[in-house]
Amino acid sequence: MSSRTLPLLFINLGGEMLYILDQRLRAQNIPADKAKKVMNDIITTMFNKKFLEELFKPQELYSKKALRTVFDRLAHASIMRLNQASMDKLYDLMTMAFKYQVLLCPRPKDILLVSFNHMDAIKDFVRDTPSILSQVDETYRQLIEIYTPLSAGEFQLIRQTLLIFFQDMHIRVSIFLKDKVQNSNGRFVLPTSGPVPCGTQIPGLIRMFSCTGEEVKRAQFRNGGNYTSALREGSFEMFGERVIKLGTNMYSVSRPVETHMSGTSKNSAQHTKVNTAPNPLAKEELNLLAKLMGGLEVQRPSNTDSGFRVNLFATDEEEEEALISRPEEFSYEVINIQATKDKQASAELQKIMGEFQEAGEPAPSSSSKGDDLLAMMDGL
Amino acid sequence: MYHKEKSIQIKSSASALYNNLSVLRIAPRCLTYFTVVHANVVNMVSASWDGLNYSHRQLQSKEGNVATSSSLIMQAAWCVLPSRDLLVLTSQKGIQMYESDGSIMVYWHALDTPETPTAQAVFARGIAAVREKYICVGTSTGSVLVFDVPAKGSNITLSEVLEEHKEPITDMASECSGSLECIADLVSADDSGLLCVWKSGEDFQLLNKIPGFDVSCSSVKLWKGTVAAGYGTGQIRLYEGVTGILYAEVNAHARWIYSLDIAPFTGLLSLPVIVQLLSAAEDSLVRVWHLSLTPETNSVEIEHMYNECVTDTQICGAKFCDGDGYAFAVTGYDLSEIIRYTQA
Repeated sequence: MSSRTLPLLFINLGGEMLYILDQRLRAQNIPADKAKKVMNDIITTMFNKKFLEELFKPQELYSKKALRTVFDRLAHASIMRLNQASMDKLYDLMTMAFKYQVLLCPRPKDILLVSFNHMDAIKDFVRDTPSILSQVDETYRQLIEIYTPLSAGEFQLIRQTLLIFFQDMHIRVSIFLKDKVQNSNGRFVLPTSGPVPCGTQIPGLIRMFSCTGEEVKRAQFRNGGNYTSALREGSFEMFGERVIKLGTNMYSVSRPVETHMSGTSKNSAQHTKVNTAPNPLAKEELNLLAKLMGGLEVQRPSNTDSGFRVNLFATDEEEEEALISRPEEFSYEVINIQATKDKQASAELQKIMGEFQEAGEPAPSSSSKGDDLLAMMDGL
Repeated sequence: MYHKEKSIQIKSSASALYNNLSVLRIAPRCLTYFTVVHANVVNMVSASWDGLNYSHRQLQSKEGNVATSSSLIMQAAWCVLPSRDLLVLTSQKGIQMYESDGSIMVYWHALDTPETPTAQAVFARGIAAVREKYICVGTSTGSVLVFDVPAKGSNITLSEVLEEHKEPITDMASECSGSLECIADLVSADDSGLLCVWKSGEDFQLLNKIPGFDVSCSSVKLWKGTVAAGYGTGQIRLYEGVTGILYAEVNAHARWIYSLDIAPFTGLLSLPVIVQLLSAAEDSLVRVWHLSLTPETNSVEIEHMYNECVTDTQICGAKFCDGDGYAFAVTGYDLSEIIRYTQA
């Protein structure tokens, strides 16, 4: 639908990813310099000039598979490693958080304020590093240039496009359940109270007019809710108070991030069936992904001992258990490059992916958890 | 005033699209058809009036060789013409018309889609059957395509393109009262809130342009020359179509309105004539109103009658199931059911 959706999807999901990683790095007591390196590396990669150039071109949204692959690479843009189960959970949290923000936005245009909230936080993560800071500032400028002229109708189209992308996702997130913004069936709470959006009046007034334009009658009706007047409008500039709280960091070290896999609707499985294209990945998507990957510059760790693993679960056992018990319909299919039918595109993509293979990357069935911990400690 | 009935399950959930529910009553067969759009699929369900039989069908927008994300459907609606009923689907690639049960596609019209995507989205949206033989469909460029439909067969032709709107068309509606006295046959609405009122014919004639206020009008209905328009700010406005006179302005909803409907045969025998208006929005509320037309003053008044809250749901479609407004049905984003309400 809207060809302007992808940058917003990417930046907001990226922002959520950074909030979560930041929280996990602190919860696991990763040394400050390593943690900072991870955050800086990921943010540098996210705001890579060539990558963003591709991203901001008018285009249809990527498939869920393609987008998941992009975030997989992004999460591994530094010395940090994530196991499959942790990566799955990270992605679940990112997507449910942004779905929540899109759904609860009072006006479609407020999605831009949500994006600025994420950008503001990202800027704060890299405030000590001028080179990355300038990349972030440049992105602000692009966002402002492209999005502030859009009409409310165009923003609604963007919002509708995002809602189609998030359709049927009802993963339960512990923080949302605790805060009572999500029900136990995975659906978000939509309050019929609170401030109305900017530009909207509190429902209740009927005004009737004569043919000369004079008001001749007034009536009030009960609106069935508990609404208050709109708040002032947030700032759409590089700086300023955004007013909307959606998109700000809701995690802290004391609020762990958990998801529940069970009890979601049957329809999610059917939905996956309907949306799967005949080819595993269509030629156009492959080409796009290749261009995108070409723009992604990954930091090669100079010393593999400085690498470490982050766990999105409380313990390693929980992480293993999560991987085994993850229901079929929730498996994110990361693109298997070898399986594609289009030889040329796949060859190009493989070449680029090959450039990203870090030296000494551990094999999947790698060292025991004990070795990981040792490696971490050696790096201290 | 209304109570909830047994819901109808649909095969996939409703997408967040304007006017995402269409209802066709087939009295001779004691059936009602419903359509709900989910991304690139239209869910059709036919429900027997005794509530015992339901049958489902899914239509996909298969156009050209779209290998990647197949074309998303913006809207599906039945067009009721004197001689036949057609199901019209509008998508990012074009317009498809099917026999009313969705069994056979009788016509396909492709939109001009550029090679590489442009900043401006391309799609068709806004569907209305006008008088005896026209089906009008809006596009993202603001054009309104007028199709001439023969009594049977697939010899449907594009007879005219109306270029008054500059912003994407959001919705269109034809005169629903059945009265032949009304001059205005069609109203079209767009993202700037502009309303155009038309008279149909070999050449459609523009009767009036009612400007918007840079507030998108997402849903529109036309009854006895009165335009009922629902806006992104949650307001409903009633205008006299030909003159543009504003009858009433209602602060109706706390969020973007997604659907309006009128039951044109509600209170034909009463004086003043009363019809029911249904409005539904992202704020989870469906509201029922009475519109009354006072012949002496020639004005239309609106009165609020009833609220129904569909908890935790952003409503995307709400329609009366019959012309006298005895029952209505509702769809919501991410909901895999059509919720029904009937009068107590």
